[in-house]
Formats: sequence, structure tokens, C-alpha cells
Amino acid sequence: MTGPALSSTATLRETMGSYYRSLGDADTAPVAWCSSVGPAELLRALGYRVFFPENHAAMLGAARTANRVMPIAHAQGYSQDICSYLTSDIGAYLAGETPLKAYGLTSVPRADVLVFNTNQCRDVRDWFEWYGRQWDVPVIGVRSPRSIDTVTDDDVEGVARQIEALVPTLEAVSGARLDGARLAQVVAISRECSHLWGACLGTAAARPAPFTFFDGTIQMGPAVVLRGMEEACAYYRSLLAELEERVRTRVAAVRGESLRLYWDGMPLWGRLRALATNFAEFGTAVVASTYCNSWIFPDLDADDPIRSMARASLNLFIARSEEPKEQYIERMVRQFDVDGIVFHDCRTCPNNSNTRYAMPQRLSKRLGIPSLVLDGDVNDLRCYSDEQGRTNIEGFVEQLADTRASRRGA
Amino acid sequence: MTLMRYYAGIDSGSWTTKAVIIDADGGVLGTAVKRSGADLAVAARQAYDAALARADVPAGDIVAVWSTGFGRHNVEFANGSRTELDCHGRGVAHYVRGPVTVVDIGGQDAKVIRLDAGGQRVAHRMNRKCAAGTGSFLDEIALRLGVETGALDGLAAESAETLELSSFCTVFAGTELLTLIRSGKRPADLAMAAYRSLVKRVQAMEVFHGAMVATGGVVAHHPRVVSLLREATGGEVVVPPHPQEMGAFGASLAARDGAVAVGDALDAHGNGDGREASAATGVGSRQDVG
Ligand code: SF4
Repeated sequence: MTGPALSSTATLRETMGSYYRSLGDADTAPVAWCSSVGPAELLRALGYRVFFPENHAAMLGAARTANRVMPIAHAQGYSQDICSYLTSDIGAYLAGETPLKAYGLTSVPRADVLVFNTNQCRDVRDWFEWYGRQWDVPVIGVRSPRSIDTVTDDDVEGVARQIEALVPTLEAVSGARLDGARLAQVVAISRECSHLWGACLGTAAARPAPFTFFDGTIQMGPAVVLRGMEEACAYYRSLLAELEERVRTRVAAVRGESLRLYWDGMPLWGRLRALATNFAEFGTAVVASTYCNSWIFPDLDADDPIRSMARASLNLFIARSEEPKEQYIERMVRQFDVDGIVFHDCRTCPNNSNTRYAMPQRLSKRLGIPSLVLDGDVNDLRCYSDEQGRTNIEGFVEQLADTRASRRGA
Repeated sequence: MTLMRYYAGIDSGSWTTKAVIIDADGGVLGTAVKRSGADLAVAARQAYDAALARADVPAGDIVAVWSTGFGRHNVEFANGSRTELDCHGRGVAHYVRGPVTVVDIGGQDAKVIRLDAGGQRVAHRMNRKCAAGTGSFLDEIALRLGVETGALDGLAAESAETLELSSFCTVFAGTELLTLIRSGKRPADLAMAAYRSLVKRVQAMEVFHGAMVATGGVVAHHPRVVSLLREATGGEVVVPPHPQEMGAFGASLAARDGAVAVGDALDAHGNGDGREASAATGVGSRQDVG
């Protein structure tokens, strides 16, 4: 059973709500679309209101609007096999649907410029270019190296130069000049937010964990959309206080927590609650994930804003090769002391599925803990079988529980 | 007069429902297989009654009934349930000493389960949402060849030419088959090609080494699959008694052993919320995990 709800969530709703509402304000600052780990700090320093379409797509998934609207994008020639964030978002736009209607918007905010970073995938760029054509606005971005072994100074230099090259267009669109001091300030706030969010996630190392991966996917909202804004820091200060209090008083996110798991890969937005309940029913807490931790950027440095933004975007898990990814998961498994790893094989996002080049097998052997591969998708529920998923999870938990029982019995 | 203790297991599969009655030593007294149909609860009851009748055991002598399979939570009269992954492993471990790899090929899915030397399950894999590599694939092929699925094995026995079905999915394999029929290929060779294709799909699920045990409805009704598995892996493939009812048999063993449902097992050993584990009782209270 899941434990009590976090009381901070009420503030979270307000914080997110006012952010969404601000996107609908007419005649205020220009709007920039930004990919999840695009140069948001730069956009904020130039006074843009920043919209993150991946967050919007996740809302479409969570509201289960995605499956209804994706076929519209498929009919436009965007395959069922590519990013279902892209197809749900474009499909929703064409259908005139958006969950932002709840915040007074009639559609996604029209972009004045769209800014991508391909450190995560090519799909964000294709996605943004569709809107760029639609609205006849510039689509610019960083073409990042991927599958990086060690991030070199040359890599950082290359990306930093690309970020700098965005500035003239961004200045022309916004009509503002980039102020170095303002950028440093935004980077400092962003770094603080990342630090606080990291501290929140770190509390789940406690036994019992005060919150789980499933809570984290909701709680991470401000770290995603308010990066570089003081509001995000304020929220995480209060969340951290609540989580630390939970640790002190041993309030468990999963009642009777006994097994602890690590989650790698995307969430299944349309099945978040069902999966959270599923694991909790078996006394199993999914205590940490690659996904939630991907919004921690320790590299950000106010003394060297652009180069540190470049380094942060390159050091990110998703941009790395297999070995550093494995080392990362190994560190997490040790830090959070988990009994097993669940890998989500996300059908339409190979970029965030670490199941396809035998990583689960290698890691199970290396770490001596079992892993489970769940077939599913971030937004396309046709790729997920509830029954098979449930049996897979239940079977995995049975196995872990039996192994533990027989070890204790031996 | 000593009181006899009997146990039952129900495997509520998406295609068929199986029931097994055992005695305290795990000896099988009666089994039954029914079509699951639309009402899983009714099918479970029918299979249970039929197995009881075959075993000649009155329902009142059954100490505990456990369920497994796709519809395990629909078996209202069950005292507990475990997944089919657990029950197949448990059933096989009763007959074969580990380490062993269990390959279960059913009507709608295929799974591979690895057991260690002590019969403890250490890993599993289920096929994706796809009919290829399962009984449904054979049904589709039989339909295209105009024979009953049950006649496919006999037909393949007459195969003289080695043909390959290269398609990835059942629908494509169906059209590929039509092309081959039109080009004059013999049904016997096509039936054999279908079996080979199925075995290839199963082989792609896991690296097979060491002893293998094959179970499931497809294994029970299509001995060709077993001989092809043997050929393909070059190792021994054991088919235990009642391969189709292995899941139900495992569930009956779980009933006998009072296998603890997952949540309860964890409470017993972990830092749970204080509920008592009801190991070895398994009776009376429903220890369902879901
Ligand atoms: S990382 Fe995956 S889910 Fe995210 S935008 Fe790229 S393809 Fe889509």
C-alpha cells in the first residue's frame, strides 16, 4: 500500500499552475520553446518565457489524451515507431487539444523561437521543426555529440561555441541584449535548484524511503519547467524539509517497505498510478531512477555560465556511452541500496531505453542483482500490456522475496 | 481412519483453464483442461469440478486451492495465488533437479524461466506482445493450410524439403505462407517451416545452456517443437509429465506448501507493518497478492 500523500503537493500544484498560466499572458515577454535539457538559462536571461514541450507531452500521456491524438500525427507521416511525445504533441495541436486549457490557455503557447539540444535525441529537433514550419519562426539549437565515453574539453568547447552562436538570433527575436551578470545569476539559481532537487531525491536512500520514483515524476515538475527561477528553489526547499521530516519520523512512501528497486528509462505516464500501486501492493518501493536524476546538473557554474551549461548537457546520462551509463547505475544501486533493477524498454524512445544492447544482462552480472525488463512506452499505451506488465512485476517481486527468504532460511 | 489431505491448483490461462488435484506427496490424481472463454470464473469452476471428478476426490477433502495464470485473480474459490512464472518453476523443480531452464510455450505467450540448483527461480523472460513464438501462431498457420491445429504435427512429419518462413510477425508470416502455397510448395514442408520459425523465436529469447525442460500446451500437443528444440540447442530437452498442466500443478504445490503470497512473505522477513505472516497455513484466508 502506498503511504500518505505529500502535503507539499498542494504548493506544487500552485507553483506549476502559475507557471502554466504565465504562458497564457498576452503581450508579455516572447516565448521560447526549449527541449528538456536545452539552454533554458540563456533563454531566461534574455527574458523569454520558456515552454517545455516534453512536459506538455507528458501531460498528454498522463491524461491519456495521447492515444486519441497520436494517429493524427501518424497520418501526417510521423511514424508510430518514432517518439510518442512528438506524435502526441503534434496530434494534440492538430486536434486543438491541450491540458493547458485548465490554466486558461486555448492551445500551446505560440513560439517566437524554438531551441533544441540533440544531446538526448534527434526527435526533439524534428518535433520543433514541425512547429517552426507551422508558424514560420526560427528553429535553432545545439547539435550535440552523443554516446560520449569521457566528456573532453574539446567537446565542451564545441558545444559552448554552439550555445554562443544562438545568442544573435535569440537577441534579435527578443529585442534584448544578453547581460552576462544576469546569465550568471540565472545559472546560479539553476544550480541551486538542481542541488535542492538532488537533495530531495537523495532522501530516498533512507529506509523506509520517504518518497518513490512515482512521486518523483510528479515532484520534478519545477526542476523541469522552472529551471533558473527562484520559484523552483523555494518549492524544493519546502519539499526537502517535508522529506527530511519524513525520514526522521520514519514515514514510509510504501507501507511495510521491504524490497527496494531502481528504475531505468522513461515513465509510462498513462500508467503511473497503476504501477505505483502495483509495486506498493507487494511492499516494494521504487526508490531511485535515472529519469528523475537527469535534472541534476552539478556542473553548472555561475563563474563560467556558458561553458558549464555545455558541460552539464554533455555529462548527462542520456548523452553517454554504455560504460559511463553502467557506472552511473552502479553508483545509484549502491547509494540507494536496491534489491533489483527495472528497465523500461520504451518502444518509441530508443534513446532512453537501455535494454537493447544487453545492459540489463551485463549489469545484473556486474552487480549481482536481478533485473527485469518491462516492455512499454512513455505515451503510447498500445505498446503496453497491463496483464503482462503486472505478471512481470509480480513474478519479479516473488523471485526477490523467495531469494531473500531462502537466504535467511539457509 | 487417517484423514487424506489433497490440494488443488488452477491455471487460468487466456486460452485454456487447467486444474490439477494432488495428494500430499505431490502425486497427481486428476487433471482437467477447459476453454477459458469469456468467463474465467466459470471456466475455473468447471475445470476444478472436472479434475475433482477424475481424481475421485470430494471437494470437501481439498485442504487448499491456489490459482495462477492470466486470470489468477478471477478464481474466487482460491485461497491464494502465485504468478505462472512461479508455478511453472515450482512444478518443474518437483520433477527435475536444477539448474535448469524452463521453456513454456502456451497459446498466447512464451516464457523462459531459469532455476538454480536448489530450484529457486533466478530469472525470467516473457515474449513481447506478439503471437509469433506461441500457439496462436500455429493456429494461424493451420488456418492458412486448411487443417486443424491438431493435425499440423502429423502433416509436418511428411516434410521432405527444408523451407524457411522469414517473416517477423504472424500476419506477415501468413502472407508469406500464401505466396509459398501459390508457388507450389507442399503443405507438409510449410507446416514444418512454421514449427522451425516458432522454435527460432523461442531461441531468440535467451541463451540456452545446460538442461532444458519444455512445458505448455504447445509442447504437449506438438511433439515436433520438442524435437526441433533438441536439434536447435544440441542439448537434452526434458518433457515432464502433464506439460500443459504444469502451471496448475505448480499452483497445487504452492497450495500444499502454503507458499506465502508475496506481500505476506515480505512482512514476515522485512521491516513490515507488523502483520503476521501466514506461512504454512494457506488455508481459509485468501492470501492473494493482488
Ligand atoms: S528522448 Fe525520447 S521521449 Fe524524449 S523527446 Fe527524444 S525520443 Fe522523445
